Amino acid sequence: TFPASNEVNYRTIKVLGWRVAASIAWSVLLLPLCTAAFISVSSVDFFHPIQWVSNSFNDLYTSYVVFCILLMSLVILVISIFNVEFYAVVPSIPCSRLALIGKVIHPRQVIHSVVHATLGMLVAWCAAVLTKGKFQFLALPSRPLQPLWEADYVCLNEYHLFLLLLGAFVGYGYSLRYLVNNMNYLLFPIIQQYKYLRFRRSLPLLVKHSCVESLYLVRNFCAAYYFFGYIPRAWISTTMDLQTDSNLHPLDTLAGLLDLSLLYHSWLGAVFLLLTWYVTWLLFKIYATEFLALQDLMFLSQYSPARRQEVFSLSQPGGHPHNWTAISKECLNLLSELTQKLITHQEAAAANGRVKQPSARDLKISPSPSGILETSLQTQRLNRLPRGCMPSLVKSSLLPSKASPGSDLGSPLGSPFGSPALNRKTGMLDLSSPWHGSVQSPHIMRRGPKLWTSTSGGTLLSQFSSCSCKASIQAVFADAQMHIWALEGLSHLVAASFTEDRFGVVQTTLPAILNTFLTLQEVVDKHFKLPHASSKPPRIPGSLLDTSYKTLRFALRASLKTAIYRITTTFGEHLNAVQVSAEHKKRLQQFLEFKE
Amino acid sequence: MCSLALFPPLPPPGNVTLYEFNNVLVSERSYEKLPLAFQGQLEDLPVLTIPKETLKAHSRLEHSTKPAFIHHRETLWKRCISAWREVGVSGVLHEVANAEEEGDADQGTGEQPWIHVAKELALHWMKAGSRCTLAVCHWVSSLHGSLFPHLSLRSEDMIAEFSQAVDWAGCSVRAFSWHPHTSKFAVALLDDSIRVYNANSATIPILKHRLQRHVAAMAWKPLCASILAVACQSCVLVWHLDPTSLSTRPSSGCAQVLSHPGHSPVTSLAWAPSGGMLLSASPVDTAMLVWDVSTESCMQLQWFGGGGVTNLAWSPDGSKVLAATPSAVFRVWEAQMWTCEKWPTIKGRCRTGCWSPDGSRLLFTVLGESVIYSLSFSEYSGERQGQVGGSKTASIVADLSETTFETLYGEERIGGEVHSMVWDPSGERLAAVIRGNAETSRSRTSTSIAVFRTRNSPVFELLPCGFLHGEEGAQAQLVAFHPCFKKGALLTVCWSTGRISHIPFFFVSAQFPACSPGRSPLMALGSRSSAREQPLFSEL
Repeated sequence: TFPASNEVNYRTIKVLGWRVAASIAWSVLLLPLCTAAFISVSSVDFFHPIQWVSNSFNDLYTSYVVFCILLMSLVILVISIFNVEFYAVVPSIPCSRLALIGKVIHPRQVIHSVVHATLGMLVAWCAAVLTKGKFQFLALPSRPLQPLWEADYVCLNEYHLFLLLLGAFVGYGYSLRYLVNNMNYLLFPIIQQYKYLRFRRSLPLLVKHSCVESLYLVRNFCAAYYFFGYIPRAWISTTMDLQTDSNLHPLDTLAGLLDLSLLYHSWLGAVFLLLTWYVTWLLFKIYATEFLALQDLMFLSQYSPARRQEVFSLSQPGGHPHNWTAISKECLNLLSELTQKLITHQEAAAANGRVKQPSARDLKISPSPSGILETSLQTQRLNRLPRGCMPSLVKSSLLPSKASPGSDLGSPLGSPFGSPALNRKTGMLDLSSPWHGSVQSPHIMRRGPKLWTSTSGGTLLSQFSSCSCKASIQAVFADAQMHIWALEGLSHLVAASFTEDRFGVVQTTLPAILNTFLTLQEVVDKHFKLPHASSKPPRIPGSLLDTSYKTLRFALRASLKTAIYRITTTFGEHLNAVQVSAEHKKRLQQFLEFKE
Repeated sequence: MCSLALFPPLPPPGNVTLYEFNNVLVSERSYEKLPLAFQGQLEDLPVLTIPKETLKAHSRLEHSTKPAFIHHRETLWKRCISAWREVGVSGVLHEVANAEEEGDADQGTGEQPWIHVAKELALHWMKAGSRCTLAVCHWVSSLHGSLFPHLSLRSEDMIAEFSQAVDWAGCSVRAFSWHPHTSKFAVALLDDSIRVYNANSATIPILKHRLQRHVAAMAWKPLCASILAVACQSCVLVWHLDPTSLSTRPSSGCAQVLSHPGHSPVTSLAWAPSGGMLLSASPVDTAMLVWDVSTESCMQLQWFGGGGVTNLAWSPDGSKVLAATPSAVFRVWEAQMWTCEKWPTIKGRCRTGCWSPDGSRLLFTVLGESVIYSLSFSEYSGERQGQVGGSKTASIVADLSETTFETLYGEERIGGEVHSMVWDPSGERLAAVIRGNAETSRSRTSTSIAVFRTRNSPVFELLPCGFLHGEEGAQAQLVAFHPCFKKGALLTVCWSTGRISHIPFFFVSAQFPACSPGRSPLMALGSRSSAREQPLFSEL
């Protein structure tokens, strides 16, 4: 049932294309502003304010500046291309440190880093040229105030070299942080806001973040240069046949590095680099996280009665509720896949202490034309980066791999209880009794690393390769955002159908929906009894990087409960007439009495 | 326009209002059981009295472990580093400014005298510099404070000023909240504990937490069994109570702490009626925070001007949010794209506000004026994204200025500013707590509760219903309507004596003659509003 990847790519390009173009256009338009700010701040002179302002204005029109802006636009274009290539709606969570290292040396990431380092060097060159003064050129005449071509010999300007290397360093640092902090993950905001307001809201955070970040990067670079700075200097001098100026301090000494002007300008250059790149990243994120199919479903089900009518309508010849069938089927499939995945995870955790790889799926951006909803949930198998979580040495899965994620649950129109898939599932649930997950697994989980230590004899390796439970739990819920939308959208639609559904199209699917919700609720409840499942990472308020993908499971649990309550409070006693299994009926009664 | 002069005559002094039936408020000599005919209609709602004397004061005010340890002097350098870690730049400045001469500590090291002198000099300069910086900061902040006088208040005074309770600082009940779906309510008390009463259960959980201090407001999460958000002095606490648990003291592990720098004290909370988000507001912070409680992530809704946000009210249909500020302006946010419109008021800040059930009308009152304003909003539909759609000006719908009532037992003067106001979920009754001018009035109580009959469609109407009376000497502290009372409306009043009484209003709702049990008002109204026509003529 998966569409061909060509088609997916085509649709992605069609939808994402103009968004990317708009975000690039805006970042390029903002570039002259950043450049002007950089020029004026870098040549700051408090003692001659008028001269300072007029000088910086005059500098803006020079050919240097125009050339630099053009070059930077190219840089931004490349950065945006990388943003587009690397973005994901499912964060990739490395389960162990070894996996993290594996990610860093993965060819894809290496290319990312090398290109970013090169781009960083380019931006640093621009920054050096814009700063002027002693930073402007790589080569200097032997005596000051002498044209370069008349000089006896040409010296190396180490300040310029320092800035270039710093640029490469910062670029590489950006690339690493991009990977480690999952900056390629598109996090969807809690509330909808206009793009301009979102940008304005994030801007102060962004500026603060880049200022602080560049402080640390400059500090680290200074330390690195102190120890290894002579290598590139010697290399450049020999290859370009430049002399060292004996009048100047070499920069890899304490006295050389403690030059305030050098530190200030390097910091400023790093801020300039990070700011332009972060702005590009932010604009891409803002443009890309607007109105996807499922998100749109959630909003229309909540806010738009006219579009809800479309959903509940019947097709003109024939009188079939095609819209509703398509929507409910897709959503229920998504949710039952999650149920399946959780059951597999729990069984694996109980049997082995190790987590089986859930099949990675990705929700690609799909178009939602105005008016009628088109649920095109292009689920696509994504070749994810290797996570190296599970060494095959100790893997002895007792269970046959139940990797049938596309199990169809309850045909939407027919009687939902005829579906064998559902019955099998509930049966399976009963088999995995609670003590499997809650009591035994911690002991078993500890056994895995021990096996490693006895075979390899090195604690370090075991420490690196041991699959951290926290990360694996995060990984199971990595794509929970789309499940949350599906839950909210479906429950709002069902609640609205109480008064708005004139043809009763929702009634036929209501038992299947309730069954799916309640089964998922049982499984999720069970999941939270696993060790580490209910511990939360510490929250850092006011940070630019949002880490809430680590706590998506809590959001899923909360919205699942709210979704069931939304249906039960709307339908009230009428739910007693809906055919569900006895166990689910008991559960529903608890929800009706607000005891869940 | 409705005025107090149109109200029915007052009952004799000493009478207590018990219920409303056949459009008449019935009062008796004392709190007694309702007549037998009505007893079955009312569930066993707990009526209770919590006198101030029974509440134990704090045994230990200081919650840090600092006093338990011997003070140890460290060098200035170390103190600065620790201050930097704990407080930030301002901590370092304070530390340097208050630094004392450390001559004797350095004596033994045998330094050169000139180094010593240089050190002294450097220290001196640093001290002077940081003192100057601090003075400048202080001056700037006092300038800010003169623009917004509330910023110079102590945080407790600020809560007392902006709380919906009449006498927040002195009364035993500080906040009250009904659960939106069941007969369960929470009461925040003077000793910073919260008690949860349930009509169907004898267990009364008492919630206490280290950070639960100076509770200004509480709110139950809609579409949920038992999640209670509490606005405290320093943070928002979200209690996850197990409805089936028999424990009377839930551990503080059941509480989630949501805090954000610069966002304290929190004076108002509002849950989205669809249950997803929590809004919190502080008079000190110009931004309201939108919390995703489950992931503990928050987003700031910044809008400069006004100096802070004091009171929040989410319309029952979930489309709009009222945000009152400490200055003479209030805003209404539209809850889909989160844009806002603002209304400047003439005299003072917006004190309280309440929404009609379909979110098309906002009633609000202003400090310094004894009238109720009404602001109507155009029909809400998903197609008009990002517009609040409020009318240009608000109209006066009720005049509550002081009126003299001639009774058999002498003159009575009632009237004044409205302190808080609630509208019942069916949109048929409105209760307003009126605070009389204490100097001029010689009435029995300085506060009184006026109840109006209201109708929202086809045209807005506000008719007098009567005054509610408590026991002798009892003053109204807080009022709240039961969110799902089926026989009409049920008003819960917290009196200054610590008594919490429930006053039912029995009537047949004109809008939902056959109100089905368990139907959420939100649902029914959402569908109704789309078919409703605009009012044909203007009110007033």
